[in-house]
Amino acid sequence: MSVMTQKASDTTGAAAPVVRETARQTRGAPLGAPAVTPTAPIAATIRISVQDINAFYGEKQALFGVNLEVPDNAITAFIGASGCGKSTLLRCLNRMNDTIPGARVEGRILMDGADINAADIDPVQVRTRIGMVFQKPNPFPISIYENIAFGARTHKLAATKAELDDIVERSLRRAALWDEVKDRLGKPGLGLSGGQQQRLVIARALAVSPAVILMDEPCSALDPIATAHIEALLEDLRKHTCIVIVTHSMAQAARVSQITAFFHMGELIESGPTDQIFTMPKVDQTQNYITGRFG
Amino acid sequence: MTTPVAHRPLTAGRRLHIGDTAFRISLFAAGAVVIVVLLSILTIMFVGGKQAFDTFGLGFISGTEWNPVTQIYGALPAITGTLLTAVLALLIAWPIGFGIAFFLTETCPERLRGPLGVAVELLAAVPSIVYGMWGFFVLAPFMAEYVQPWLTATFLWIPPIPDTFYWFTAPPIGVGLITASLVLAIMILPFIAATTRDVLQSTPQLLKDGAYAMGATRWEALTGVVIPAVRGSLFGAVFLGLGRALGETMAVVFVIGNAIRMPDSLMAPSATIASVVANSFPEAEPGTLDLAVLLALGFILFVVSFGVLAIARVLLRQERMS
Amino acid sequence: MKQLSPAARARYFRRQLVDRVMSGLCMLAAVIGLILLGLILWMLFSNGIGGLSLSVFTNSMAQPGAGGGLANAIVGSLIQVGLGAMIGAPLGMMVGIYLSEVGKESRFASVVRFVNDILLSAPSVLIGLFVYQIAVAPMGGFSGLAGALSLALIAMPIVARTTEDILRLVPQAYRDGAVALGSRENEVVRKVVVPAAFSGILTGVMLAVARIAGETAPLLFTSLGNTNWSTDLTQPMASLPIAIYRYAGSPYGEWVSLAWTGAMLITVGVLVLNILSRFSHAAVAGRMKG
Repeated sequence: MSVMTQKASDTTGAAAPVVRETARQTRGAPLGAPAVTPTAPIAATIRISVQDINAFYGEKQALFGVNLEVPDNAITAFIGASGCGKSTLLRCLNRMNDTIPGARVEGRILMDGADINAADIDPVQVRTRIGMVFQKPNPFPISIYENIAFGARTHKLAATKAELDDIVERSLRRAALWDEVKDRLGKPGLGLSGGQQQRLVIARALAVSPAVILMDEPCSALDPIATAHIEALLEDLRKHTCIVIVTHSMAQAARVSQITAFFHMGELIESGPTDQIFTMPKVDQTQNYITGRFG
Repeated sequence: MTTPVAHRPLTAGRRLHIGDTAFRISLFAAGAVVIVVLLSILTIMFVGGKQAFDTFGLGFISGTEWNPVTQIYGALPAITGTLLTAVLALLIAWPIGFGIAFFLTETCPERLRGPLGVAVELLAAVPSIVYGMWGFFVLAPFMAEYVQPWLTATFLWIPPIPDTFYWFTAPPIGVGLITASLVLAIMILPFIAATTRDVLQSTPQLLKDGAYAMGATRWEALTGVVIPAVRGSLFGAVFLGLGRALGETMAVVFVIGNAIRMPDSLMAPSATIASVVANSFPEAEPGTLDLAVLLALGFILFVVSFGVLAIARVLLRQERMS
Repeated sequence: MKQLSPAARARYFRRQLVDRVMSGLCMLAAVIGLILLGLILWMLFSNGIGGLSLSVFTNSMAQPGAGGGLANAIVGSLIQVGLGAMIGAPLGMMVGIYLSEVGKESRFASVVRFVNDILLSAPSVLIGLFVYQIAVAPMGGFSGLAGALSLALIAMPIVARTTEDILRLVPQAYRDGAVALGSRENEVVRKVVVPAAFSGILTGVMLAVARIAGETAPLLFTSLGNTNWSTDLTQPMASLPIAIYRYAGSPYGEWVSLAWTGAMLITVGVLVLNILSRFSHAAVAGRMKG
């Protein structure tokens, strides 16, 4: 296949990263979150640009005129109460809403300059470039190896068995799972623990080399230790990818993200650098939410 | 460490992907086959039976004479036999089936519930010809020897309709309407019990708990809360059983007596549409009125079954929705 | 606790009595029903086991006194049921996949689902008559192929229904996971959804096989039956149910005994298939629910 020879429209590493902030020591820890000093700077490259998005499920409008820029090589967190539209926006970004009957999206979402909602766009290509990790780990009921190889087979990324083996190993290494599963690649993926399963599906997403990874509350089904594993992994992954994470946990948003976007009732209330959102939000609603005086 | 990210352009594939389109078309075609089969059955039966409808008109349905020699065919005896056996079978099977279902959902000891439930479902799978054989070799002689004389003696007081219907007064020959109804009843019994049990089990425990919390007995919870909640589905199960009984061939053909005339008692040998079709078919050459008559009978049976089964499905689906 | 008034106590007693009596009657119904059904099975086995011998499986049907068996009928049944399942099962699977994965709640899918449910319980004698009209009469003769076709038409709606039911148990998360990896609709279904439910789908096929193995009426109009050994699909073909039907109605004790034996064989086969599919179904459904 000519996949590898085609011109990549990806710009990772091409643009010189502009340092927007280097340290976040100014950030308070309103929820007792440990202050993490990010090691990698935020690139100014805008990977995804959300422009005036309205989303509907049947008659019900779920998003109202959302505008947002998602930078590359950073973790952007969507926070807000249940039903605020944060997951809806996430599902707009890789056109997963296409699979829901009655769902409709208006507005433009530019990825590297191309509108992914345009008529000539193949949603399958969009999803190939934008990986997704779900709330509950969802390994397929096949072996660990086959789970990772699934996307690579689908998109014919490997010509030989050796190449496929290589993709599987590299993906599992990047997801920090290789050492735990290398001796039982043929065992069912569903036999792993919850935290391992979630890292397995992250590895499965990585195997397709996505430029963006969307995560819909990836730790909500996990215990604190497994959560810590995933968070450490995220910090590592963002060096090479753009990550968007929806989370219920403000502590998690504060710990892992560089950008935070706060949603309320389908509207984007405020977005900006995470420490600014958590220490000096511009909008009262945000202040109320992060200090727990919400509602 | 990073892989070179090389993706195909976003517009690489189009919405109408050839694999997906072929996939959808083939599945859609399979769905269409189902409808085509049903319409073909209706059409083929009707067209094949048209000669009978043309020859006898509406009299085909109301005609009581069936005579291959004079080529006079009336379907009423077979229709009567079909309806009588099916309804009688249901009257016998439903109370017992419901009892089994109630027993299995409520009063049965926990340990027996599973095995007995499976046993009932397995019995529903026994081929109908087995029930027919049992009826012919075991039940019919037993009926002739013991049950029929007793029925005649016991129900002598029911006033007969002179020259038309004598209820239980008839020679005890074993085979006939009542025996066929019994065999049908036994055959559909596990089926009715299994469907009714599923319906009863579908009631939320919360609903029953509410009734128990008010001090209702099990029976009161059943009649006061459970049955009103699932009434439609219960009728659906009944109609499903009726649909089975109407079209059953092998359980009936052994024990109905195969006499195509209006029954003059509940013990008279009779015939059902299915038994007539199966029995008369060997003598019916293609292109003759004899075969057209059978196809016309088949058409009638199909329309009736369709109606009954359609009602059953609508009733069963109502609750599934809510 | 307060003493109940005599009237209240009488009312309470009456309610308890009604409950006991009705529950007792239901239990009685269950006992009677199960005894009756048990009796039938017992009769079947006590009459059938006596005729069981090696010659049943090695010899073809023959005149009374000639030591005939049921070999040709058993083989004929295997051929027709096998071929019927091979035609009906894939078609039924496709219908089930259509209903669960593509059509869902659309109007056309609702009609297909409704019609399929009707076909599921349509009188099998009419399926036989139908196949006679479209295949036997035009082709000029009864044939094993026509028999298989009629059995396929009976198997199809069963497989369609069980396939749809089992596919609906497949967690939506599998579909979402595959879609998010950039799989196309047909890949999602072929590579994730169907493999996840495949043993469950096979369960449905087993149930369909069990059902058509015992079908007699449709074969009367299609493959007719044959007393001789024949595996020619274009010729009339023997089958176990038809052999039972003919022998049971015969005046010869030897044939009647063979009929019982045949009926026992079919019933055992059908019950074994049902039990196997039940185990397999429970395993699959359990796995889906995690």
